[in-house]
Amino acid sequence: MSEFHSHRLEHRATQARAVLALAFLVLLGAFFRAQVLEHERFRLRAESNRLREIPLAAPRGALLDRHGEVIADNIPGYTVRILAVSADSLRAVLDRIAALVPVDSTLRARALERFRRTPYQPAIVFADASFETVSRLEEHRPSLTGLVIQAEPKRHYPDAQAVAHLVGYVGEVTERELEQKRFPGARLGTIVGRLGLEQEYDSVLRGRAGVRYVEINARGRLVREDGAPALAPEAGRPLRTTVDLALQRYVDSLWTADAPGVRGALVALTPKGEILALYSAPSYDPNLFIGGIAAEDWRRLTTDSARPMMNRAIQAMYNPASPFKLAIAAMGMKRNLVTLRSRMPIPCTGGIQVGNRYFRCWKREGHGSLDLEGAVAQSCNVYFYQLGMRLGVNALLEEGGAMGFAQRSGVDLENEIQPIYPTSTAYFDRRYTPRGWSARSVELNFSIGQGENTQSLINMAAFYQAMSSGGKVGPPYLVRPREAHVRDLGLTAEQLAGLRLAMVQVVQRGTARASAQQEFQLAGKTGTAQNPFGKDHGWFLGFGPADDPEIIVGAIMEFAEHGSSVAPYVAKVVRRYLVGPEPAGETRPIRLPGIEVDSAPRVLELGPTPRVVEAPPRESVYTPWLPPPVP
Amino acid sequence: MRRGLDRPLLVIVGLLLLFGVLTLYSAGQTDVPTAATGAWKRQLVWCTAGLIVLFVASRTSPRLLEWGAPALYGFSLLLLVLTLVIGTGTGTAAGTKSWITIGGHRLGQPSELAKLALILMLARYLSGRRSAPQTLRELIPPGLLAGVPFLLVMAQPDLGSAIVFVGIFFAMLFWAGTPGRLLFLTASPVISLLLAFNTTIWGAWMVGLLVLLLFWRPYAIEAVTVYVVNSAMGAVAIPLWKRLAPYQQNRLLTFLNPEVDPQNAGYQAIQSKNAIGSGGWLGHGFTEGPQKRLAFLPEQYTDFIFSVVGEELGFIGVAIALGLFLALFFALVRVARRATDPFSSLVTFGVLGLLFTHVFENVGMTVNVMPITGIPLPFFSYGGSFLLSCCLAVGLAVRVARDSRLAGYAE
Repeated sequence: MSEFHSHRLEHRATQARAVLALAFLVLLGAFFRAQVLEHERFRLRAESNRLREIPLAAPRGALLDRHGEVIADNIPGYTVRILAVSADSLRAVLDRIAALVPVDSTLRARALERFRRTPYQPAIVFADASFETVSRLEEHRPSLTGLVIQAEPKRHYPDAQAVAHLVGYVGEVTERELEQKRFPGARLGTIVGRLGLEQEYDSVLRGRAGVRYVEINARGRLVREDGAPALAPEAGRPLRTTVDLALQRYVDSLWTADAPGVRGALVALTPKGEILALYSAPSYDPNLFIGGIAAEDWRRLTTDSARPMMNRAIQAMYNPASPFKLAIAAMGMKRNLVTLRSRMPIPCTGGIQVGNRYFRCWKREGHGSLDLEGAVAQSCNVYFYQLGMRLGVNALLEEGGAMGFAQRSGVDLENEIQPIYPTSTAYFDRRYTPRGWSARSVELNFSIGQGENTQSLINMAAFYQAMSSGGKVGPPYLVRPREAHVRDLGLTAEQLAGLRLAMVQVVQRGTARASAQQEFQLAGKTGTAQNPFGKDHGWFLGFGPADDPEIIVGAIMEFAEHGSSVAPYVAKVVRRYLVGPEPAGETRPIRLPGIEVDSAPRVLELGPTPRVVEAPPRESVYTPWLPPPVP
Repeated sequence: MRRGLDRPLLVIVGLLLLFGVLTLYSAGQTDVPTAATGAWKRQLVWCTAGLIVLFVASRTSPRLLEWGAPALYGFSLLLLVLTLVIGTGTGTAAGTKSWITIGGHRLGQPSELAKLALILMLARYLSGRRSAPQTLRELIPPGLLAGVPFLLVMAQPDLGSAIVFVGIFFAMLFWAGTPGRLLFLTASPVISLLLAFNTTIWGAWMVGLLVLLLFWRPYAIEAVTVYVVNSAMGAVAIPLWKRLAPYQQNRLLTFLNPEVDPQNAGYQAIQSKNAIGSGGWLGHGFTEGPQKRLAFLPEQYTDFIFSVVGEELGFIGVAIALGLFLALFFALVRVARRATDPFSSLVTFGVLGLLFTHVFENVGMTVNVMPITGIPLPFFSYGGSFLLSCCLAVGLAVRVARDSRLAGYAE
């Protein structure tokens, strides 16, 4: 066979060697590219293949009251997470866990959802596992692939429902909030503050999460725990507040003991605006939210007609009613229309004829002729109708706006509601058309705190704070004011002292005389907010001692019919602050007239609760700041 | 015996076996024990058996092989048919029928025997001809010899092994002196099949083919046949693609882009390349490869054993291993070149074609140069019947080298 002649074979052997050499060069080139040129890329990919990041939660900063007592701190808790390589393997592990400890279906769905979003991070199954759960799982660790149990600090509120509306609660950040960049520095799974101080000062309290790495194999089994150095978590900073925790507790115990089931709110502040107590009823236990609230609890809280999640001190609006008469008196004095001793031309005979209508005073038999002091003490409508008409609609709206009734108080809490108070007649033109309203009716309504004038408790308290001090104050605050605006009543010290004297008369011989105290002089004003849906709401705003106020307390109780039934609570709170705890056995229970006291919160047949307007989100960017310790 | 011994060839094979067993040992060193853990011990036993087979093969006269080739070929075809009827799958290829199992014992893969039988049969046929095939018509008999086992293995289905038959076929035709253009025309339908997925490129290919046919001027009927077959391939490409099993489609697709489906079909390709790429120049050190230890490497003791070399010994280790293989192939070329007779020469080159196809395809797939097909790496991958068949093949070459030396073809 001629092809096998030596020289022909040699020729083909050379060709064969060339092809072989070329083929091996191709292979070697491919290895050179992968191992030398792209080494770094593949090294990183191989690392990320086997290293998994486990976030280490930072302990949140403690919330302290003005004396350093703990309002919120952290206790040890356990988180249970699963590192999975696929959704199927996660499902399998969850099944095995469910055989050991109860796993409800929402938890399961949530864990799978978390895995879908961040497959390379361990999915949280129990954010707050009990010790029993942890030990049961630990026993069966060999069969639970990718199980990561970590001891992590969890939030704890020792006073639970007594401080709920003050502190808010904490929860996992949502995907939407991340998109909106509402919590700078937060990542999926980060615990952030919700409502109250927790939300307002989240950036101070939150701290920075750390991280540790674990090495896993292709089946997701943990191989080494100390795979790489961890970044230690940075604890959040503690925050000292102006709250007097003892007083806050007292308010809660007073409310739960003497007015169970009554909806309302109470705030206490110093003349400087430091909030001593802020309470809203009904309340809830913020500890329920730690580690994710159970579906059943959430349903209960959100469907309860009494709306326990609503902070009635800042989120509910009521007609300010009679307590607003002080504002009318202040306006009159400021415009030099009246003095403390001025009398009105028409004495009170149980009502007054204006145009073709007859407007009633609350007292049918009439108060007779009163000066301003007496009119405040007796809360005489007829007197204030005349004062309102003398002021005129424009003065009423302008002065009211200047005294801060058209703005939020500026307290450093999220979701404070915007009060309704028109500052010019354009509002009425717009709302009712220029011919659809009369100045007179506005004057009459506003002069007794009714009409298109709704205020939150905190805003009314801020007004009384101004009344109790020099007439010129900043917003109330828990850590520091949210806004810098100053509320200026524009009254002289003499005028203010006169109005305070009138408020002393309210307690001494006026509508709240049952609440007079022996140890100090209480001053204040009762009120009844008309409620078209049921019994009227009761107001009382007061302070003491009247000559040199140290504490201002405002309270509203829904369906309390009249402020005189609210006054005793306020009196007790002021007394507690000024005099101290009552000796045991001397406490007299207060009975609210007209309220059937139930032990359980009532299912509402009395009509809807006050309307709540969601406050528009405001930018909350603060530099970390700690208030100086309060001596 | 000592006088005719081809020392370089034996030393290279010895080094490859040693390298292979060491790598296999390392492949078993994982954090969690796997099937690979004890494999190196069993492989040592197979190596011993392999050396015996090598020795026996080197004592077998080529004349005897030439005489027995048709019978062996027929027997292997029979086994392949039998495999299709009673075959079983194994491991990751559990869906295929590649093994003959009797009483629960897997006796081996008949396709290994068929490869050797094809080498002998083709060598016998081609050496018996007066001259090398010059026309396509003359390629029909050898084409049938290779085509029948090819189709039977494809039916298992085992694409990887089937490709080896093609490799052997072309290598031996080349060594027999078949003109390059003839080989090109023979291979053209396959190229047409691959290019058919892009109409423009395929159109260009068909024009180019026409020009080549006019230039080379084969017989008119052959030219027409080639052209018609090429056109037909272009036409059936898409329907044929649709008939492929999804896993086969995925493998081809993920070869083009492993990130298409990183968790499934592309997983092996990506993990293998991660491991190899992370090796760098010197690798993580023998037995220290983290990807292998943590079981991210798929099939690290069979099909993907070369990734372990890449991860642990780095580029240097890879170059040494590939250098050993290249040395083996050069030695085989030398042996084939100096063989005493065409049959021996062709058998040696057929062995070269067999081993080369395995090495190129297997090593190539670990770095994504070739699509992933389940095909073992000679002397490295764990597996008895394949190691024995490799040793047998090398044994034949040793015999051929000895004959030529004894015949006076010595340095």
